[in-house]
Amino acid sequence: MDIRRIQDDVVEEFAAFDDWMDKYSYLIELGNALDNFDEQHRTEQHLIEGCQSRVWLHAQLTDGKVVYTGDSDAIIVKGIVALLIRVLTNQAPQDILDCDLYFIDAIGLKEHLSPTRSNGLVAMVKQMKLYALAFKTQLSGK
Amino acid sequence: MINFDNIRAEFPILSRQIYNKPLVYLDNAATTQKPRCVIDAEALVYQTINSNIHRGVHHLSNLCTEAYENARKTIARFIHAPHDHEVLLTRGTTESINLVAYSFAHSFMQAGDEVIVSQLEHHSNIVPWQLMEQTRGIVLKVIPITNEGELDLSLLPALITPKTKLISVAHVSNALGTINPVKDIIHLAHARNIAVMIDGAQAIQHITVDVQDLDCDFYAFSGHKLYGPTGIGVLYGKEKYLNQMIPYQGGGEMIQNVSFTKTTFNELPYKFEAGTPNYAGAIALAAAIDFIENIGMKNLEEKEHQLLDYAHQQLALIPGLRFIGTAKNKSGVVSFLVDNIHPYDMGMMLDKMGIAVRTGHHCAQPVMDRLGIPGTVRASFAFYNTNNEIDLLKAGILKVKQLFA
Repeated sequence: MDIRRIQDDVVEEFAAFDDWMDKYSYLIELGNALDNFDEQHRTEQHLIEGCQSRVWLHAQLTDGKVVYTGDSDAIIVKGIVALLIRVLTNQAPQDILDCDLYFIDAIGLKEHLSPTRSNGLVAMVKQMKLYALAFKTQLSGK
Repeated sequence: MINFDNIRAEFPILSRQIYNKPLVYLDNAATTQKPRCVIDAEALVYQTINSNIHRGVHHLSNLCTEAYENARKTIARFIHAPHDHEVLLTRGTTESINLVAYSFAHSFMQAGDEVIVSQLEHHSNIVPWQLMEQTRGIVLKVIPITNEGELDLSLLPALITPKTKLISVAHVSNALGTINPVKDIIHLAHARNIAVMIDGAQAIQHITVDVQDLDCDFYAFSGHKLYGPTGIGVLYGKEKYLNQMIPYQGGGEMIQNVSFTKTTFNELPYKFEAGTPNYAGAIALAAAIDFIENIGMKNLEEKEHQLLDYAHQQLALIPGLRFIGTAKNKSGVVSFLVDNIHPYDMGMMLDKMGIAVRTGHHCAQPVMDRLGIPGTVRASFAFYNTNNEIDLLKAGILKVKQLFA
């Protein structure tokens, strides 16, 4: 499925919630359901240190697609990590670089990705794109 | 009997709504809200007397200069400073501490000389000294804290050596609310000819501060935590030190004569006030002090003590809540964790209910490292808060617990 379709799915899911409590309950659910982060990747190298919460991000290239895994010590942040991974994982590096992550705004979570919220999420999005760029370079070098 | 409902009504922001819910502002340790008279005082400067101070021959400049110097007098009286010229106006606590770190280290310290701080300090009372470690070769030592979050003063004498030149500690901890026995520390230090600086950022708004009674050598605080505007702060310093210290910044106002062969500095306090100061902020800070003195420091302390007691009593009823920092003497702040809920999650959800608290390490990472936690949720109080707001906080925490159950 392309990135746009997945984003539209997420937006549709969130449209069902009319108050913040339902939205946050769902994020908590998503956070809890996120695949366990491989402990061997829980290193300084994969840590994105926010002032408020910490995010870990790992990426690898499998069959020309970027596969992301991630984690956070704060569960709502982890729920957003889960959404970002759902949208961007298993996509081609170029598609990841080209995409516009409009779903964040559309589901009303923009405040969590503003640079004034030092929760590591802004840095995570940047890091996801950087991985894509690195893998793209790697692929074109072959 | 003071009517605190009427006093609360003086703070325009407190009647606003957040997400269609009444604002419950419990982040007073970060900054306090401003009463109408402070907001008006700052506006009035620009509307009626705005003019650069100390330089003009004209009438407005004289009026503005007089208002600025009167503000200094008000501040001096408020902290019981013996002389007005021992009250320096800065940008805030951070600048005040940086000023002392730079000027004291450059004037009185050699490489290898030592400064002692505590494990309880805000980063603002750690990093300026670390800069002096890097640039001047001074050595920084640390008073450890106990599990309760109190300074372990039994360890202080052993930290002191003939090379110890200054001890710099917080009057009240921003992260835990611990009131430190600064008078004991000053007494102990002075017996060994060591200067003492007190970071009063979290004390000035809660406790009567008398710098002569404390006998501290330096005392720093910010205007914005004392119901005054941002961008104005204070450094009280004894003239015996200030007179011998080199200026922190150079520029206009702080000089007597400038030539390329020899520049001489102005006298106190101007020597340390380079450039155009925040005179509007200083004048509005004086208005804040007038406002507080009108309520009476004793009444305000009593009210805040009652709020803190009520908060402890109510929050203690929440299963799974543990207080972080259980010092015997506390002021203004309740820090806590609930179950395994991350402070950031708690803070974000309380925010949605209109409740403003602070979460995280509160710029005091060494405290969190010592206690082995990532951070806390901190509710901090001012006299305009109410028991009802504490009830709302409690209800909010219970709701978050439910979401996580």
